[in-house]
Amino acid sequence: MCDNSEKTIIQSKKLNLYYGENHALKDIDIEIPVNRITALIGPSGCGKSTFLKTLNRMNDLVPGVKIDGQVLYRGEDIYGREVDVTSLRRQIGMVFQKANPFPMSIYDNIAYGPRTHGIRSRARLDEIVERSLRDAAIWEEVKDRLNKSALGLSGGQQQRICIARALAVEPQVLLMDESTSALDPISTSKIEELAMELKNRYTVIMVTHNMQQALRISDYTAFFLLGELVEFGDTQTMFSKPGDKRTEAYITGRFG
Amino acid sequence: MELPLKTAAAENKASSEAGAESRSSGDIRGRHGLKDMMEQLMKAVFLICGLVAVGFVLVISAYLVISGIPAIREVGLIPFLFGADWDPANKSGNPAYGILPMILTSIYGTAGAIVIGVPIGFLMAVFLSKVARPGPAAVIREVVDLLAGIPSVVYGLVGMMLLVPGIRVLFGLPAGDSLLAAVIVLAIMILPSIISVSETALKAVPKEYEEASLALGATELETYFRVSAPAAKSGIAAAVVLGVGRAIGEAMAILMVAGNVANLPGLLKSVKFLTTAIAGEMSYAGGLHRQALFSIGLVLFLFIMLINALLNLFLKKSGKEDG
Amino acid sequence: MDREQMSICCGLSRRRRAYDLSMRSLLYASAAVICALLVFLIGYILFRGIPHLSWQFLSSEESVIKGIEGILPALINTLYVVIATLIIVLPLGVGSAIYLTEYASNRKLVSAIEFATETLAGMPSIIFALVGVIVFCEFAGLGTSLLAGAFSLVMMTLPTIIRTTQESLKTVPQSYREGSLALGGGKWHMVRTVVLPSSVDGIVTGCILAVGRIVGESAVLMFTAGMGMRLAKYGHSFGQFFENLFDSSGATLTVALYNYAKERADFESAFAVAVVLLAIAFVINIAAKLAGSKLKKH
Repeated sequence: MCDNSEKTIIQSKKLNLYYGENHALKDIDIEIPVNRITALIGPSGCGKSTFLKTLNRMNDLVPGVKIDGQVLYRGEDIYGREVDVTSLRRQIGMVFQKANPFPMSIYDNIAYGPRTHGIRSRARLDEIVERSLRDAAIWEEVKDRLNKSALGLSGGQQQRICIARALAVEPQVLLMDESTSALDPISTSKIEELAMELKNRYTVIMVTHNMQQALRISDYTAFFLLGELVEFGDTQTMFSKPGDKRTEAYITGRFG
Repeated sequence: MELPLKTAAAENKASSEAGAESRSSGDIRGRHGLKDMMEQLMKAVFLICGLVAVGFVLVISAYLVISGIPAIREVGLIPFLFGADWDPANKSGNPAYGILPMILTSIYGTAGAIVIGVPIGFLMAVFLSKVARPGPAAVIREVVDLLAGIPSVVYGLVGMMLLVPGIRVLFGLPAGDSLLAAVIVLAIMILPSIISVSETALKAVPKEYEEASLALGATELETYFRVSAPAAKSGIAAAVVLGVGRAIGEAMAILMVAGNVANLPGLLKSVKFLTTAIAGEMSYAGGLHRQALFSIGLVLFLFIMLINALLNLFLKKSGKEDG
Repeated sequence: MDREQMSICCGLSRRRRAYDLSMRSLLYASAAVICALLVFLIGYILFRGIPHLSWQFLSSEESVIKGIEGILPALINTLYVVIATLIIVLPLGVGSAIYLTEYASNRKLVSAIEFATETLAGMPSIIFALVGVIVFCEFAGLGTSLLAGAFSLVMMTLPTIIRTTQESLKTVPQSYREGSLALGGGKWHMVRTVVLPSSVDGIVTGCILAVGRIVGESAVLMFTAGMGMRLAKYGHSFGQFFENLFDSSGATLTVALYNYAKERADFESAFAVAVVLLAIAFVINIAAKLAGSKLKKH
């Protein structure tokens, strides 16, 4: 579906997902290119967040969920039997809709992931914490209060702490689930800038309700409707010449 | 006339009464003298009911102080609190009123019960709130609730029949009544409150914290112990303090297994707690001995007030964290 | 920057696997220990107590001459204490809860009452026993009697009733109250017709929990209500009920158990009483659950 010159990092094949009786994702086929920002758009309940959560298997936690088809991460089926969910999630990080820093110090928040994965050396941790906070463009704001609780920060800062926390385990892919929807415009634009920076080194997949945001920062856009992937392609093309009537209706604001 | 009431009977009654009264009061300024008096009267009645609890606390404090002070005066505060001999019924006319053995026994016994009860109770709470499937968890919860409902004398009885002989045989003692037996009984008795308070705290941990941890590649158990438990720490601390309160206040169950000799505490020695001194000697004590028991009550009361203050502190803190 | 290109198939490190396994085993072990303990505890009590339990044991007064053992007096004493305590504590507790949720406007007073309630809830029963002896048995001149016991237990159960009633009062929607007040009925009318009927479930739950505490209590009753194992004169009329409360003293079930076990070393009887207490605890738990779940629905 997308430009053949791009290298694919995640690919889904005939992906179907059911919550009990509810058929939430229908035959999703998509190839997500590496080191690009891919936006997932669509009206509420269209399955875009559900799809995002299948990529790092966070849907496993929902009782009664059933998944068919394949999701390949660098050619390996992530729902395969030998796959270890913890190492999958280490490589595919996630930032949630609501900023959810742990009720711990800023330092411990960032160091949580590396510590979990076995890094004990203080010097090593210091280095990772600084690098992650710098990458998330929040180092200057918090470097003097690393031992203060992360809950004392503003919403936008908290969300960047969460991004830094996700980066600290050195993922390949960063999933962002409407990560700016709860933020003010200034914080939002900071995070958008950050996402643009990050795409040089990470693949970013973001769910957004904000058409403008998708248009501003994403390279590729996927439009979901009622559990189906209606259209996927280059963002500029899709917003200027949508290939499907439903996409056009959504983009021009006729529903959702 | 739309009163959304729950029961049909109540609805009928209420609407008919309301109808009758609203019809009868035509003038908005006209206040029914009788009705107004009734309002004032009922308000006063409810206020008095509300003040009863305050009255009880005042009565308890006042009487414990009034009847607790004389013996302390007579014996002297320092010899009373730090005297190592408790021998009120001395035949040669040399009674001793030192309650240090009881204070230490109460502290050691409570600490022992906490050391055994808290880890098991906490693990159980994690199991129930995070790991167990809902069906089995509900059954276990019922069973734990039943544990909480068993009267303390029943625990004492089982302790007397099983623990005490067990300890006697195991350690080759002449008698098994000991601090160890009391500690085990107390540990079991505080389990239900430890479990239920910690479980409530663990359940109140926002799901988002756990999701974030899992999304970083932590396993579920790593998440529960490194994120959920620290996030619930105030609630768990409250559980511990509540357990301390329960353990330090328990009397009858340990009266039946502790041996009741006022020794300085030792795990396998026969010991007397603050509570069991009162419970065991109240029925026959007279004179200064009886007054000294009230003084012990006063000491116990002060311990409990301290623990309550701590408990409130933790509960307030955990309330703040939730909000 | 070089990031290691790990395969997603490489599992947990040995260290993490060990942590996971040991924590999981600890969780299951503690659950197993507690469940086993409980099953054993209950099984042991039933095993020791049931053989000695008979209709005669439950329905007769002990008699050394006839060689009969029986706990009828203890059963009746328990019933008396439960009823007398509830009669006193119920209006006080419900009234207090109504004051707190419906009337109180003075924040200082509210926090004083709430502090007092919490303090009473955390008080060990031996303190109630001491105070009961001085205040009710001696100062009020009730002597060692069931009534003195009941009054002492009122102090102990008051917080339970206040708390559960308050909880159910809080679930009564504000619109009900406004609806009633809008009809010009006044506050007492509102409380009587709207608030109280809607909070019956909470009050019932409170009663059940209070009964549980009363039946299980021993220290307080031992000193205030007495330890006698004989049947006092029990009448059948309403008037005699109150007379007996003043006149009679005697052991309730828990105190009887203590007597059997500690004073007489009659363990068979003690276990039989334990079975009775266990059965009561079981019934009360179920009743409280039923009433509580009804409460939650609203």
